[in-house]
Amino acid sequence: MSQKYDAIIIGGGHNGLINAAYLARAGKKVLVLERRYLLGGATVTEEIYPGFKYSVFSYVVSILRPEIIRDLSLPKHGLTILPLESTLTPLPNGDYLYRDGDHFRTLRDIARHSPRDAGAYDDYSREMFFMAKAVKYMLGIIPSDPTSLNPKDLMGLAGLGKHLRSLGEEKLYTLTKLMTMSAADFLEQWFESDPLKATLSASGIIGTYLGPRSPGTAYVLLHHYMGEIDGAFRAWGFQKGGTGAIVDAIAGAAREFGVEIRTDAGVTEVIVKNGRATGVVMENGDEIQADIVVSSLDPKRTFLDLVDQKYVPDDLLTAIRNFKIRGSSAKINMALDAAPDVACMPGYGPHLRGAISISPSLDYIERAYDDAKYGDFSRRPYIDMIIPSMIDPDMAPPGKHVMSCFVQYAPYKLREGTWDEKREALGDAVVNTLSEYIPNLKDIILHRQVVTPLDTERLTGLTEGNIFQGELSLSQLFFLRPVPGYAKYRTPIKNYYQCGSGTHPGGGITGAPGRLAALEILKDRS
Amino acid sequence: MPIPTPFYTRASALCESYEWHNWSGYLAAGLYEPSHEREYFAVRNAAALFDVTPLFKYEVSGPDALRLVNRVMTRNVAKCKVGQVMYSPWCDEDGKIIDDGTVSRLDENRFRITAADPSLYWFQDCGYGMDATVIDVSTALAALALQGPHARDILKTFVTGVDLDNLKYFQFTEAQANGFPLTISRTGYTGDLGYELWTAPENAEQLWDILLDRGRGYGLAPAGLTALDIVRIEAGLLLIEVDFISAHKALIESQKSSPFEVGLGWTVALDKADFVGRRPLLAEKKAGPKWQFVGLEIDWVFLEELFDTVGLPPQVTGRASRAAVPIYKNGKQIGQATSHTFSPVLKKYVAIGTVESRYASLGSQVEIEVTVEYSREKAKATIVRTPFFNPERKRN
Repeated sequence: MSQKYDAIIIGGGHNGLINAAYLARAGKKVLVLERRYLLGGATVTEEIYPGFKYSVFSYVVSILRPEIIRDLSLPKHGLTILPLESTLTPLPNGDYLYRDGDHFRTLRDIARHSPRDAGAYDDYSREMFFMAKAVKYMLGIIPSDPTSLNPKDLMGLAGLGKHLRSLGEEKLYTLTKLMTMSAADFLEQWFESDPLKATLSASGIIGTYLGPRSPGTAYVLLHHYMGEIDGAFRAWGFQKGGTGAIVDAIAGAAREFGVEIRTDAGVTEVIVKNGRATGVVMENGDEIQADIVVSSLDPKRTFLDLVDQKYVPDDLLTAIRNFKIRGSSAKINMALDAAPDVACMPGYGPHLRGAISISPSLDYIERAYDDAKYGDFSRRPYIDMIIPSMIDPDMAPPGKHVMSCFVQYAPYKLREGTWDEKREALGDAVVNTLSEYIPNLKDIILHRQVVTPLDTERLTGLTEGNIFQGELSLSQLFFLRPVPGYAKYRTPIKNYYQCGSGTHPGGGITGAPGRLAALEILKDRS
Repeated sequence: MPIPTPFYTRASALCESYEWHNWSGYLAAGLYEPSHEREYFAVRNAAALFDVTPLFKYEVSGPDALRLVNRVMTRNVAKCKVGQVMYSPWCDEDGKIIDDGTVSRLDENRFRITAADPSLYWFQDCGYGMDATVIDVSTALAALALQGPHARDILKTFVTGVDLDNLKYFQFTEAQANGFPLTISRTGYTGDLGYELWTAPENAEQLWDILLDRGRGYGLAPAGLTALDIVRIEAGLLLIEVDFISAHKALIESQKSSPFEVGLGWTVALDKADFVGRRPLLAEKKAGPKWQFVGLEIDWVFLEELFDTVGLPPQVTGRASRAAVPIYKNGKQIGQATSHTFSPVLKKYVAIGTVESRYASLGSQVEIEVTVEYSREKAKATIVRTPFFNPERKRN
């Protein structure tokens, strides 16, 4: 079987599909190859238990870039982002911290814990707005290498320098602190109450193998604020139908641009001839030819698995081997017979339509990390829980519910035993922890799916089950992502490109790597 | 002081926002929760419940009922079968719109009409000398609008005596709900799948309670006028006193509009027997209307650039705006946008309004006024087809 395409995209996750859509939009004949039976990678909705839809891995949308939503007409293809406005932090003493879209109610509740914090809350939010605005610029540009004398790099750096100067001294200092400090230290500049600090810090550790007191975690805090800068366009919330529906929308757009998509189509190898990629070999032995091959897989797969290592320079091999892509989180999805009843806020109410965060104190999360540092899953984990069926009734039969629990920490590499042995023990730890706050939980569980980092790796191919295709720490961002010298989506092999979350600007359902890579590829072809 | 509707005891218990509007003398919730977002998405994603009792309602009956209604309405109501509903405006002698509403044919010789304004005298005067009676049944009926993709699922859980799957768009039927009679009309003001439910005021609270109870599993939310205003713009539906002014309220001639000028030309049945306003409308049809109704899509990227000049993201309100703004072509004002909103489901900033007919062609580029930090600027916009949002489920 011999077919010829302009471009083959390996991996049908959201970045792969976005990359394909942009290439096809520019007139290229594009083929997307997905190993699994369904598209999405870590962005999938599956009916694991009949009638109940699980967002198996990723569960909320935070910063899907507005330009992608527009360029690909995603609302027309089914993108509908429903509001997810509240965060409830239940506390072990029966109290809680509750924040939602009602600004003054939120301030009143913060003030119950610390009147001082209520005053600082707006200041903090405002500061983060500026920081998000500063970083937004970087999310939209190709990262220039400061060691390079290439005119494009110099121009890019000059542009970046101008942008940074325009922030003013104070904001630039704050930005530098944000990039280097720990989430805890950064937050302690404003706040004193533990539930608030802990819950805010939690967004700084998501997806990392670091604790809230580890330097470098402050940067990830920004993810929560990125939506703000887009004003009314903001794309923060819950996608109707689960995150898989985002991928359906992107795939719909891609197909409309003429992209051919194949599922159950795993790729084993990229064919390299005379130093350039010429096609791929499929799991079934078929070869497919293309002028361009783009890998949306993580950097380890892209450089260590998909191509013969003889084509990869030694320094790059070493850098990729050292690339930090440690799995640290798990996902527990549950089908529930009834609505969960939260002890600190009993009954049915708007708090069930938001996030419930098990993050009572900084020490709590740091202790959860302590377990993980030495290769155990957290006995008392940090849990970010939502009840998708409360937001979108179509996720479960009427009156029944699905619950999505993001769990940290669950290290990929266990000190003792294997994940196949410990999977249900982790599930029990999560259910036991949640039951302290939700007394009726154990009585209403119809089905439980425990997705360990090993399961994430097996199902999606993400190395170690790391949700961001590599940690979002300063050492792996911008011109350092995935590794210095290869941050612009190219590889040492001509016509072989990368477009996954392992490239700039990183993970989360942003679509930015897929789009920026497509724009770079098109530059090379023009 | 506005008075409560028969649903007020229930609605007020849930109205955390304490934001109430005066709708035709009744208390109408602006929104229930502190933010209207969930109510908006309930319409598009689950189901929303609006108290629409404040609409005026009239019944026309008698041997000449059809003659009377057909003399008032611009549409040919003779074509309206029993069990069918027709939307229609009605005009004055000059062919200018007085009001609009729905006409339900209850029987061969009996019609029910909804209106935004008191219309008894007008309907009675139009029927002068005819063998027909017009009565005001506004307070005899409490009304709820149940709108959204799950509206039918919710009704099916408690309504008996009807086949809801075969109740088509713009049809109504009599039904039973927990032992009391209910009229179910597949109509609404949201451009989505939805129904209007009519019952005697004494059943109102019971109806509300059943709906909220059965609706819970389907994400039902009581919703107010703030969400309604966004969805009706998405649906390209006009609002009286906002998008056009009643000929009976206009103070100057230029404030009046004919159906042709506000996108309602399709409702003018010039081929039927004489009706109020027919002659001037016939002439207008021949000459072509001076104004035309348009939908506008404002260029968001341009808006971002405009606001970026002062370092801000686009400052558009989360609510629909009824503040009319000028529409320009090459710097010259050609009309006005009368309602505008950011559409969360479409992720587009859209407006409806009227422009001079010669500038109204689809796809044409115009400019719309926006205020950027106190400065009046012009944003790029394109004339597009309405409704902006038109899901298949509305009719299916």
